[in-house]
Amino acid sequence: MTTLTPVLTDNWDVAGSFTLDGYGEYEAAKKALGMEPDAVIQAVKDSGLRGRGGAGFPTGMKWGFIPQGDGKAHYLVVNADESEPGTCKDIPLMMANPHSLVEGVIISSYAIRANHAFIYIRGEVLHVIRRVQAAVREAYEKGYLGADIFGSGYDLDLVVHSGAGAYICGEETALLDSLEGYRGQPRLKPPFPAVAGLYASPTVVNNVESIASVPSIIANGADWFAGMGTEKSKGFGIFSLSGHVTRPGQYEAPLGITLRELLDMAGGIREGHELKFWTPGGSSTPIFTAEHLDVPLDFESVGAKGSMLGTRALQIFDETTCVVRAVLRWTEFYAHESCGKCTPCREGTYWLKQVLKRLEKGQGSEEDLAAITDIADNILGRSFCALGDGATSPIHSSVKHFRDEYLKHFEIGGCPFDPAASTVWGSK
Amino acid sequence: MTYAPEVRERLETDAKEIIGRYPRPRSALLPLLHLVQSVDGYVSDDGQEFCAEMLGLSKAEVVGVATFYTMYKRRPAGDYNVGVCINTLCAVMGGDQIWAELSEHVGVGHDETTPDGKITLERLECNAACDFAPVMMVNWEFFDNQTPESAKQLADDLRAGKEVAPTRGPGRLCTFREASRVLAGFPDGLAADGPSAAGPSLEGLKIARANGWEAPKAEGSEK
Ligand SMILES: Cc1cc2nc3c(=O)[nH]c(=O)nc-3n(C[C@H](O)[C@H](O)[C@H](O)COP(=O)(O)O)c2cc1C
Ligand code: SF4
Ligand code: FES
Repeated sequence: MTTLTPVLTDNWDVAGSFTLDGYGEYEAAKKALGMEPDAVIQAVKDSGLRGRGGAGFPTGMKWGFIPQGDGKAHYLVVNADESEPGTCKDIPLMMANPHSLVEGVIISSYAIRANHAFIYIRGEVLHVIRRVQAAVREAYEKGYLGADIFGSGYDLDLVVHSGAGAYICGEETALLDSLEGYRGQPRLKPPFPAVAGLYASPTVVNNVESIASVPSIIANGADWFAGMGTEKSKGFGIFSLSGHVTRPGQYEAPLGITLRELLDMAGGIREGHELKFWTPGGSSTPIFTAEHLDVPLDFESVGAKGSMLGTRALQIFDETTCVVRAVLRWTEFYAHESCGKCTPCREGTYWLKQVLKRLEKGQGSEEDLAAITDIADNILGRSFCALGDGATSPIHSSVKHFRDEYLKHFEIGGCPFDPAASTVWGSK
Repeated sequence: MTYAPEVRERLETDAKEIIGRYPRPRSALLPLLHLVQSVDGYVSDDGQEFCAEMLGLSKAEVVGVATFYTMYKRRPAGDYNVGVCINTLCAVMGGDQIWAELSEHVGVGHDETTPDGKITLERLECNAACDFAPVMMVNWEFFDNQTPESAKQLADDLRAGKEVAPTRGPGRLCTFREASRVLAGFPDGLAADGPSAAGPSLEGLKIARANGWEAPKAEGSEK
């Protein structure tokens, strides 16, 4: 049996966990600044840490791509835009434990030889922004940020930057454009940010949870981290359960835990109901069903079953939920958030929305079902960035698992479900 | 209309501070637009002109950026920006019903403001609080685990000028303008208010504590 492993969440039940008193003395940063920067990179490589923002790219390897001795300014940019539907781990993390992030920023910036770092936080979370601002200020006051940190001769400035509402700004190159004061639209890759990122300088973009995990690796050692999780998906991560579960919430566990195990801890599906479908890692990851309860939630196993681990955003829906309604709503989201830069995504998400609306009302036909699959085929792999690909995940996976439910809608000329039954208060 | 000299002077002082945070001035544009909203309650024409001037951009460039982001209001907005999450998870858990009932109760639709200038209603996408569904946000503070009744009560209280408090946040709700100033990077001193974490955020930790589960110890460490 897998058990929970609170590390980043470990102090969340402590009053004042968001202050230095509640967090501790930045011992890991002290230790790191006494090491060679390359040794820090090596430790993160050895730990096996992979990006927690969705794609799972090895963090140490990413840092290793930053050219050294190039005479250019380097930057670390923390991606705190958390807007992928279902994803809700970075926000409570920054609310309760912002110092783990700030300490991680210091260590990571030092490793990649950056003297300027940014935390780009979505703007719609005022209190979280306050907490991060306060943590940064406290770190400055203690001399953990600014000039000559811990007397090591290393200087670092850290700016907290609030976004202004745009899911696409979570895409790392769109985020950089946004941080430069432009519309947040993705850039052509290559060049990758490691070569030409912020202000065309070498830049590392990492997720909040990735960076916040770094202090624990430095403090406890790469082997400690690698001792958790699976062969290729090492360490722990925060699993976010939401929806029709008895106790939704944040569960920090080794990668490779299963939904069955997590549901056990969370009191199961809400009483009197059963699991119908779920996302393993946010709305951009193909949906799973009860068939997948025992899939180890690591990058490889989830991938082998046709979905993605993504951000471990486990949105759980029981049998009262209409899958067509769910997919329509996600599709409306993608259409709304499409930045408009490329045609397949801009036009495709618009048409998906139109056809799905018809289908949901029971006014569609079998051709419409073929149409959404076709449109999705034309978006997937042809879009400029991964938003377009993500938009096709709910379509393809729902048609695969719930074709009959689509058919039912136009057989009876409407939705067979009562939305009231899915609500929190409708279950009684 | 242009800014009164004392308003303009204060704006300039703040703007310079913001610009000073960044290696390149243009990076200050998003916070400057939040700053404008903290004075005008929306991104006014004057405000965009002001940003352009401070950054040496054309007004068209500023408008092009401002219109890209949903948090920038193009028309004067209410004191309270009341949002209901209608992304799938919240919608299914009751957000759709909350939206329908609230919108009817208040008498305005998406991106519309009540005649008394108190409330602007907004349909929100996922606000990263799905474990607290159905979620509402007022001036970007969390109002978790809502029902149609609590939502309508909240709107009534806001319109009646009663004090309301977010579920995770400060003891007092600030106005949209005050919130915008924090987003521009000027803290309001309220960071220590409210709990470290609450409700669902703590479920996993509670279970770990109850079962005595911990992360493995590091070799040679005391902890
Ligand atoms: C549409 C879109 C939205 C994204 N949103 C986020 C986000 O909110 N936070 C995040 O860390 N990564 C997000 N990503 C992934 C980033 O592009 C990038 O891979 C990540 O920040 C890298 O950090 P990591 O290696 O530490 O995971 C998004 C990607 C796409 C395509
Ligand atoms: S895929 Fe969509 S979001 Fe990405 S660049 Fe194209 S239009 Fe923009
Ligand atoms: S879906 Fe409403 S907060 Fe995520």
